[in-house]
Amino acid sequence: MHNGSGALMSIDTATVKKVASLARIAIDDAAAERLVPELNNILGWIEQLGEVDTKGVEPMTAVIPNHLRLRDDVVTDGGIRDAVLANAPAAEHGFFTVPKVIE
Amino acid sequence: MTESTYRIKGATGDWEVVIGLEVHAQVTSNAKLFSGAATAFGAEPNTQVSLVDAAMPGMLPVPNRECIRQAVRTGMAIDARINKWSRFDRKNYFYADLPQGYQISQLYHPLVGEGSVEIEDGDAIKVIGVERIHVEQDAGKLMHDQHPTRSYVDLNRSGVALMEIVSRPDMRSPAEAGAYLRKLRAILRYVGSCDGNMEEGSMRADVNVSVRKPGDEFGTRTETKNVNSVRFVMAAIEHEANRQVDVLESGGKIVQETRLFNPDTGTTRSMRSKEDAHDYRYFPDPDLLPLELDDAFLDECRASLPELPDAKRKRYEALGITTYNADVLTAEVETARWFDALLEAGAAPAAASNWVTGELFGALNRIGRGIGESPVTPGQAAELLALVANGTLSGSLAKQVFEVMLETGDAPGKIVEERGLKQTSDTGAIEAIIAEVLAKNPSQLEQYRGGKEALFGFFVGQTMKAMAGKANPQVVNELLKKALAA
Amino acid sequence: MSDLTDLGIREIRDGVRAGTFSAREVAEAFNAAVSNAKALNAFLVETPDHALAAADAADAARAAGETLKPLAGVPIGMKDLFCTKGVASTAASHILEGFTPPYESTVSQNLWDAGAGMLGKLNMDQFAMGSSNETSAFGNVISPWRRNDGGNAALAPGGSSGGSSAAVAARIAPGATGTDTGGSIRQPAAFTGISGIKPTYGRCSRWGTIAFASSLDQAGPMARDVRDCAIMLGAMAGFDAKDATSLDLPVPNWEAMLDASLAGKRVGVPKEYRVDGMPAEIETLWQQGIQWLKDAGAEVVEVSLPHTKYALPAYYIIAPAEASSNLARYDGVRYGERDLPDGANLQQMYAATRAAGFGDEVKRRILIGTYVLSAGFYDAYYTQAQKVRALIARDFEAAWEKCDVLLTPTAPSAAFGLGEKQADPLAMYLNDVFTVPASLAGLPAMSVPGGLSAEGLPLGLQIIGRPLDEQGVFNAALAIEERAGFAARPQAWW
Ligand SMILES: [Mg+2]
Ligand SMILES: [Zn+2]
Repeated sequence: MHNGSGALMSIDTATVKKVASLARIAIDDAAAERLVPELNNILGWIEQLGEVDTKGVEPMTAVIPNHLRLRDDVVTDGGIRDAVLANAPAAEHGFFTVPKVIE
Repeated sequence: MTESTYRIKGATGDWEVVIGLEVHAQVTSNAKLFSGAATAFGAEPNTQVSLVDAAMPGMLPVPNRECIRQAVRTGMAIDARINKWSRFDRKNYFYADLPQGYQISQLYHPLVGEGSVEIEDGDAIKVIGVERIHVEQDAGKLMHDQHPTRSYVDLNRSGVALMEIVSRPDMRSPAEAGAYLRKLRAILRYVGSCDGNMEEGSMRADVNVSVRKPGDEFGTRTETKNVNSVRFVMAAIEHEANRQVDVLESGGKIVQETRLFNPDTGTTRSMRSKEDAHDYRYFPDPDLLPLELDDAFLDECRASLPELPDAKRKRYEALGITTYNADVLTAEVETARWFDALLEAGAAPAAASNWVTGELFGALNRIGRGIGESPVTPGQAAELLALVANGTLSGSLAKQVFEVMLETGDAPGKIVEERGLKQTSDTGAIEAIIAEVLAKNPSQLEQYRGGKEALFGFFVGQTMKAMAGKANPQVVNELLKKALAA
Repeated sequence: MSDLTDLGIREIRDGVRAGTFSAREVAEAFNAAVSNAKALNAFLVETPDHALAAADAADAARAAGETLKPLAGVPIGMKDLFCTKGVASTAASHILEGFTPPYESTVSQNLWDAGAGMLGKLNMDQFAMGSSNETSAFGNVISPWRRNDGGNAALAPGGSSGGSSAAVAARIAPGATGTDTGGSIRQPAAFTGISGIKPTYGRCSRWGTIAFASSLDQAGPMARDVRDCAIMLGAMAGFDAKDATSLDLPVPNWEAMLDASLAGKRVGVPKEYRVDGMPAEIETLWQQGIQWLKDAGAEVVEVSLPHTKYALPAYYIIAPAEASSNLARYDGVRYGERDLPDGANLQQMYAATRAAGFGDEVKRRILIGTYVLSAGFYDAYYTQAQKVRALIARDFEAAWEKCDVLLTPTAPSAAFGLGEKQADPLAMYLNDVFTVPASLAGLPAMSVPGGLSAEGLPLGLQIIGRPLDEQGVFNAALAIEERAGFAARPQAWW
């Protein structure tokens, strides 16, 4: 996306697959190909933001003026292992389990 | 240590090593950075986990003031710029120890900006630049050896506050890196922002290493992750630098990659699994507003800072303590606190510094205790040193009294009193003993008077022995000289 | 009792207080209505016992002579985006199937604390991503409304709070919670002839509400009229220390301060909302709305919000970006679905789980969000979008110098038929063109029914207010409500 130049970033199947891999969503070739025009259509449309002159404009940080509140350093939580593990598809001996990670 | 002369000798000549360290230091706090779960080490798995730490749907982070405060104080301790406006960003990647699928960290606007740490080698000082300190969440822990086909996930550490202290690539040898780490750890302990316990993982270093021919541009670096002792950091640098030289000299290229250190072999290897994780898609965490600090907060942080190692060392030297002793006494905050208490109790600085680094350290070493658990209090030590200074105790008597103190924990005055260990300067009593000694050793007396002056020590020893060590050695010397000359 | 389900929140509350009927009678009537309306597919889970327990508590309190809580005896529907303790909460996604939260969202807890009971969990667009309810993993909600052409075309109830809008419009719940990220309360309210308000960002805690886009998500009420919304929002809103973006401000008594007289008020009409291709009947309704507000004593001024056209594209960068990160936690490890193909490693398990668990629209937005945040694109897309967002907020600030509230249509059309827009995601996105700007600026905004389209379908008008001025929004909406006299309701076919 380049300011006002109209040069569009167009994505291809490989890009769709790379992005899907980054997002950890398994995708087959057919689905990737289907998504190419769809995503290009959407991306092409959002490219129009490049027309807006935003020189000197700070990106929005807080939607409504508000200050970040800080908590006191007090232990108020934890000790709820059963609740933490209750919904786990695979829990064992007080742990969540996942396929073995080799490192 | 202004210019390091450390070089790797390669087939094509000398190589210089360039080192930068990213130190992850666990912030000392009761609760986690964004949740109210406890941070204590060694709890049962998943018992110090809140719904926030487990990234349950709809859970939100609320930052812990103390974690921010400790990071600010740490920044102040290394003379760093404190950013009154900072914010948290999300670092996105998928891993089993990262329940949210992102780590809340600070990329674009860290809490602490540029600072520096001085490392010493004798009188020489080198300044290592610190680029930034940011605050972020720790990950959980994976256990791979509990089950043949599964890894176990414990989220107790998930969300614990870390300071990531990022140095400039200013170090040029394993020794400099070691000195930097030790100094940084000392500062953190002085400040109280991290316990510096590397065994429990409270401090880990990511080690960035590259090599170059002296005078060349920086080479491509590798990052060796999570090295957890000073010794291992130095070993990792040594291995990695040599490996890189080998690669380059055999016509290869250094790949910018993440590596892992194996403490058993002292070698590093590539962590291929992390390779596709490089696109972290950082963006400001929309669950959190910018962190804005006011002057009152910063003033409190500054006012609460203790005297730091460099300042303390200079103060000690100004009190007449040797540079060596001052270094030793300020290296660890526990030592410095003990020594300050000793000075406060009235001990003379130079003598006290010698006694602590000699007698006390020797004894603690022998009984296998740290200074924090010394059986002798600074007050008692000051009393002992005062008894030596005022002539009540000789050096050897003082050693005897100290031994009793170590055993019983009693005050030296009481020991001296009960055991009659007071040294005597009573010339009449000493003269009488000397007369006895000369009478008992006629042949030695004859030899001495015949010119064998080395026997003087023999007579001193005999006299002191006869007086059970309680005679003032200076008085004994004078009176003996007189008697032998007669 | 004729038909208790014809009553709104205020009428039920007052009736229970007065002893005209018991809370249990009300709960039973609505429980029955819910259970008889399965054809709408509005509820994913029915919780009649929850509604009865709250009703019994209200009746007992009354019998004991206690002061009744603000919503004592009022049963409501809960959008399935809110986590409810011990009750399945899925965000209408397969990836959360089987998830039973061990916790209660702040907003739902606030409602229970106010005495309300829960009829059930309401269907919605999956993870609140959609404008028609067609992205639900559990079948779309069908609007209770039918066109007046004699056909039986199934219509969209709007989205993402389509279960909520359908339930309230069909009189199977007197009120329901909604959430609004880019229009998800207002657009479904407009499509079904009910009222709904998205309050100022930070008024309602987001704690325990399944996140879509954190900087935009706001909960709000959907009910039959403005007063009912004011009552219900009063119970939902409030400071929550568990949400760092929650506003630490008292909750005004909006109901008590309702005042439909707009004398001295200025209403802005933004010229940029007159978009190409807008149906004439929308324009006509808008003009009618302007007239109603004049009649109520307001001065109407034209204002300019020059960056309006960029709101939607900015939204479709920011919301997917945040969503791509917010939805990373659905990985099959701690809750919900896990898809572990034979021999799959951890990363393959993630990819399989997420491929199987997320619907197409959710995947589409995650991919867009991942793309716009990925290396090299962050500044061009995300930073630029947040700058444009700042400009959009500035546009509104400039407008507030000329007026107190803004009047616009809620949606560019009446409800469309299910399936009509599904093929073209972009066409669907354009449905939010009037609602998204206020979302980006965090402003309170409300849809109130204005009239019927030529096809006999409801059309809504939107009031946008200054930050924290929900009162001004309610009052203007009330002025419209009183003059529109909107009494149309769908004929029961379900
Ligand atoms: Mg690092
Ligand atoms: Zn880090």
